Amino acid sequence: MANDLIHELTAGYALHALDPQDESEYVEHLATCERCRAELAAFQETAGALALAVDPVEPPPALRARILSTARAERPNVVPLRPRWARPRTLAAVAAVAACAVVGLGVWNAVLHSQLSASRSALQAVGIKGANGSLVVGADGQATLVVTGLHRARTGKTYEAWVIQNGVPQSAALFDGGSTSVVRLGPRVPKGAIVAVTVERAGGVTKPTTTPIVVSARV
Amino acid sequence: MDDVRDMAHLSDEALVALVARSDEVALAELYDRHGATAYGLARRVLRDAALAEDAVQEAFLAIWRGAERFVPEKARASTWILTLVHRRAVDLVRREERRRADVLDESRDTGAEPSAADSAWLRFERERVQAALRRLPDHQRETLELAYYGGFTQSELAERLGRPLGTIKSQMFAALGTLREILESAERESWQTT
Repeated sequence: MANDLIHELTAGYALHALDPQDESEYVEHLATCERCRAELAAFQETAGALALAVDPVEPPPALRARILSTARAERPNVVPLRPRWARPRTLAAVAAVAACAVVGLGVWNAVLHSQLSASRSALQAVGIKGANGSLVVGADGQATLVVTGLHRARTGKTYEAWVIQNGVPQSAALFDGGSTSVVRLGPRVPKGAIVAVTVERAGGVTKPTTTPIVVSARV
Repeated sequence: MDDVRDMAHLSDEALVALVARSDEVALAELYDRHGATAYGLARRVLRDAALAEDAVQEAFLAIWRGAERFVPEKARASTWILTLVHRRAVDLVRREERRRADVLDESRDTGAEPSAADSAWLRFERERVQAALRRLPDHQRETLELAYYGGFTQSELAERLGRPLGTIKSQMFAALGTLREILESAERESWQTT
C-alpha cells in the first residue's frame, strides 16, 4: 500500500474501525514510521474525547466487586519487575527456580536461595518447543514459564500464554518477550494440561487467534 | 482488603504506576474515577447492560495485567483506559453481531441510570465534545459516529453508506483531523478567556 494511503489509516486505527487486513498492515507500518506514531498519539486523544461525549452511566455495584475480586485472585505475571515481598513464599520460589534455570547461578540466585530450599523438591520442570526455556510447575499447579530468545513483540502486539486443558485454552498471562521472559501464569496448570504461547493484539484476547509459537510438553 | 488509603490526590498516571505494582486500592480508585464513563461508553456501543459489564470488566482486568506497559509520555492514562474499554466493547459487538441498526438513536438503551459521579468537569467536557461534533460537516460526523459508537469497520461503512472504501478512509481521516482541530482551538480559546 502506498505510504500516504497507509498514513490515512491512522484515523481508522484510533477509532478501532480498520478491517483486519488493513489493521495488520498498519501495525507493521507503525513500527517503522515515526510520523504515524506521533499522529496516532494525537488521534487517540481525540478518539478518547468521543468517549467523553457519552453520558456516564452508574455501573451496578456488583461489577466493581467482581473486577476487584478477580484482580485479587490473579497473581502478577512478570516476576523481575514486581516487589517480591508481596507474594507468598512458594510462588516466589517457583519464580526464582525458573529464573535461575535461565539466568544461571548469580547474585540473584544467592539472594533468593533461602526462599527456595523449602519447596524446591516439589517443583517440576517441563520442556517447551518453539523457543529455549522451560515451564516450572509447583506441586499445587502454580507455574512460571521461562522463555529466552523471543523477539520483543511488535508495537500493537503481545505474547499471550495459555493453559490448555482438555483442548480448552484459558488465558494465562501477557508478556512482551525480549531477551528473557519470566512469566507467572495466572491459572494453575493441572496434570495433563499443556501451556502454549501465541502472538495476539496488544491487550490480549480471550481465545487464541493464531497458531502457537511455543508449546510445552504435557505436565 | 479494608485498605482505605486515600488516593484522591494522585494523578491517574500515578495510579496506573501503582497498579503496575499490583496495588488493588489504586485499581479501585481508577475504577471509581472512570467506571461510569467506561460503562456509559460500553452501553452506548453494545446496547446491552450485561455485555457492557463484560466489556468494562475485561478492560479493567487488562489494565490490571498490563499496567506496566503503559507509557505516560505517550498518552494520558484516562485516554488509555477509555481506549481499552472502547476496543473491548467494539470487539464484543462485532462478535455478538448485535447490531447496531439504530446506533445513533440513544433512546433504545433503556434502564440506564445516569451517574451520580457525573462531575462538573465531566459535564463540561461532554458539552465541549458534543459542541465540537456538531460543528463537523454531516457526512464527517456520521462516519465518525458510526465507526466509534456503532463499531462498524471501514468496509462495513462503505457498504452501509454506499460510498467507495477509499472515500470512507479519507473521510474518516479528515473527520478525526477536523475534530482534533476544533477541540484544540476551543481549548486555546478557553485558556485565553480565563
